[in-house]
Amino acid sequence: MSQAFELEQGNYSAGFHVKENYTFKSGKGLTRKVVEQISEMKGEPSWMRDYRLKSLDLFEKRPMPTWGADLSDINFDDIFYYIKPVAQQGKNWDDIPAEIKDTFDRLGIPQAEQKYLAGVTAQYESEAVYHKMREDLEKLGVIFTDMDTALREYPDIVKEHFGSIVPASDNKFASLNSAVWSGGSFVYIPRGVRVEIPLQAYFRINAQNMGQFERTLIIAEPGSYVHYVEGCTAPSYTSNSLHSAVVEIKAMEGARVRYTTIQNWSKNVYNLVTKRAAAYRDATMEWVDGNLGSKVTMKYPAVLLMEPGARGDVLSVAFANDGMHQDAGAKITHLAPHTTSQILSKSVSKGTGRASYRGLVRINPGAHHTKSSVRCDALLLDENARTDTYPTIRVEENQTEIGHEATVSKVGDDQLFYLMSRGLDESEAYSLIVNGFIEPITKELPMEYAVELNRLIQLEMSGSVG
Amino acid sequence: MASELVIKNLHANIEGKPILRGVNLTVRQGEIHALMGPNGSGKSTLSNVIMGNPKYEVTEGEVWFKGENILEYSPDRRARMRLFLAFQYPMSIPGVSVANFLRRSLEAVREGNKPVEEGENPTGKMGKRKTVPPGEFRKLLQAKMKLLRVDNSFINRSINDGFSGGEKKRAEILQMALLEPEIALMDETDSGLDIDALRIVSESVNALTGPDLGILLITHYQRMLNYIKPDYVHVMFNGRIVKSGGRELALELEEKGYEWLRPTDDEVNEVTVDA
Repeated sequence: MSQAFELEQGNYSAGFHVKENYTFKSGKGLTRKVVEQISEMKGEPSWMRDYRLKSLDLFEKRPMPTWGADLSDINFDDIFYYIKPVAQQGKNWDDIPAEIKDTFDRLGIPQAEQKYLAGVTAQYESEAVYHKMREDLEKLGVIFTDMDTALREYPDIVKEHFGSIVPASDNKFASLNSAVWSGGSFVYIPRGVRVEIPLQAYFRINAQNMGQFERTLIIAEPGSYVHYVEGCTAPSYTSNSLHSAVVEIKAMEGARVRYTTIQNWSKNVYNLVTKRAAAYRDATMEWVDGNLGSKVTMKYPAVLLMEPGARGDVLSVAFANDGMHQDAGAKITHLAPHTTSQILSKSVSKGTGRASYRGLVRINPGAHHTKSSVRCDALLLDENARTDTYPTIRVEENQTEIGHEATVSKVGDDQLFYLMSRGLDESEAYSLIVNGFIEPITKELPMEYAVELNRLIQLEMSGSVG
Repeated sequence: MASELVIKNLHANIEGKPILRGVNLTVRQGEIHALMGPNGSGKSTLSNVIMGNPKYEVTEGEVWFKGENILEYSPDRRARMRLFLAFQYPMSIPGVSVANFLRRSLEAVREGNKPVEEGENPTGKMGKRKTVPPGEFRKLLQAKMKLLRVDNSFINRSINDGFSGGEKKRAEILQMALLEPEIALMDETDSGLDIDALRIVSESVNALTGPDLGILLITHYQRMLNYIKPDYVHVMFNGRIVKSGGRELALELEEKGYEWLRPTDDEVNEVTVDA
């Protein structure tokens, strides 16, 4: 067992780190030179280099957002923006350095790959260190690779779509990502191809004060289906790390894309992510978002319902433990008639944790015969725990059906006594109630992920409660 | 040796208000005791205090089970000693299936009550426990469901969520059947049941009785005792057991009501001074 194991904090089993033995590590802080260096090391075409530099300007001009969570503790000068962990990506777990392989082993990624995944990308710091997809999918024309490789090998597709859903000017952190992005996934599903088992990307931060800025683009051609899953963890440090991803998705006519996140960052990570999908005629986009850990999360998966028949669903679970602020929600824009959306948000606050639901449903003029239902439920485990709901609904069309429901509940002493009277100890009783509370979402997950999510919650619950 | 539940001079309050004012009672494995009495006499409180409901504060007295004073034990630890409470108002836990809950409970109860020196802390927090293989669990559960003639669809529903009154009570008995307590406290199991449901639930209880199970059956009415034949009948009034007898006492109560057993003012005062 490595020495790192001793550094684990509390119940967060992913909190270990291993020694750094990197090919390249940029200096701290963000300058024009750092951005140029990243682009040069990656051997990028000039349009991408220019795009990055333009984005850097946007980032520098924009003020910090003043709404949402408190971000005042982020020091952009104290962050490493680019770390290249290995010289070359592996197609075999044995090809990658032992300490990195050991990390993913401990997180159970190779085991999961063997059992129930169609493809895996493992990103460590700024780069994907391992990637593999089943051959039969390759033969069908499915592309699943890291974004840097995609830019080299499929420059035209990338150039066409990159930044088309989340422009660099979208928000300060999208600008930041656009300037310093590295890694992330590129997924292309050809017309009519259905990938029945999930593709997974795993994102791991190891270094202290690390900034991870992956960039993901998923294109699902007409009539195709894909379920993409991402997981994320980091070591527990006392100083802050920053994770700021951008995810763009296009679900073309009749396609269905499901994007599942089980994030479990350590308590020192600012997780500020922009995720947005466009759903075209009769397409379905589903975000399933499990937010555990992190110091602050601000994340509002969005769906633009572009054409008639499009459907957007956002199912999210947030667990705010001691000292955490989960500011999560959803954003749906109905741009066309006969479109449907559903938001189901479940949040749990424990100790001094704070969970906020922040959601926007917008029905644009002309988007008649639209339906939207929003439901957010909050569960409080302690007296000091906090929950807030900020639902915004903007309707500029008459023929729409909109439902909104919000509940706040506390774990009742009577429920606890009932479960404990059947032999379950207090923490198991709590976690069972919490698992039951989020069951409407876990039942949507493949079994392995549902089990994982419940297990993570049990870990969160196993500290002192009450 | 048969397990014993021994209650000695038990006093308990809720929100500072005395409810139990010196209860003495012994229930052994294999015996059926009926505890009767008017509303508000403290019957339900007694069962809750024995099981360890933290809402109640024990101010005096002892509760011994299998030779241990269990008053300091958490409810889960008491359950793992094979004490069971069938609730008058079972709680619903949305999103948690009966099967999932019962498998966990069975695993927990099978771990038993480990002595303190083996790492068990007094709050009853458990470490890693042996799992019950899903196949074995399903077989066992199905056998119990067949015995109690419970419908199969039961096990995939959320615990008590949307259950009718009768279904809730049957679910309690199913839990009892599976967890195999040595002493079961049954709190107003007959309340809220119509005649048919009462018969079904009573027959279920009867299917579980035998030398390994002691029951303290709390009831307001005699009617359940037409099905479940108690060995002993106790009457509670103002937080004390004021009369004990055999089965004939229940019939006498049916005929005469409870009023004739009301303690005199002197007795009540004496009791109040005690508390």
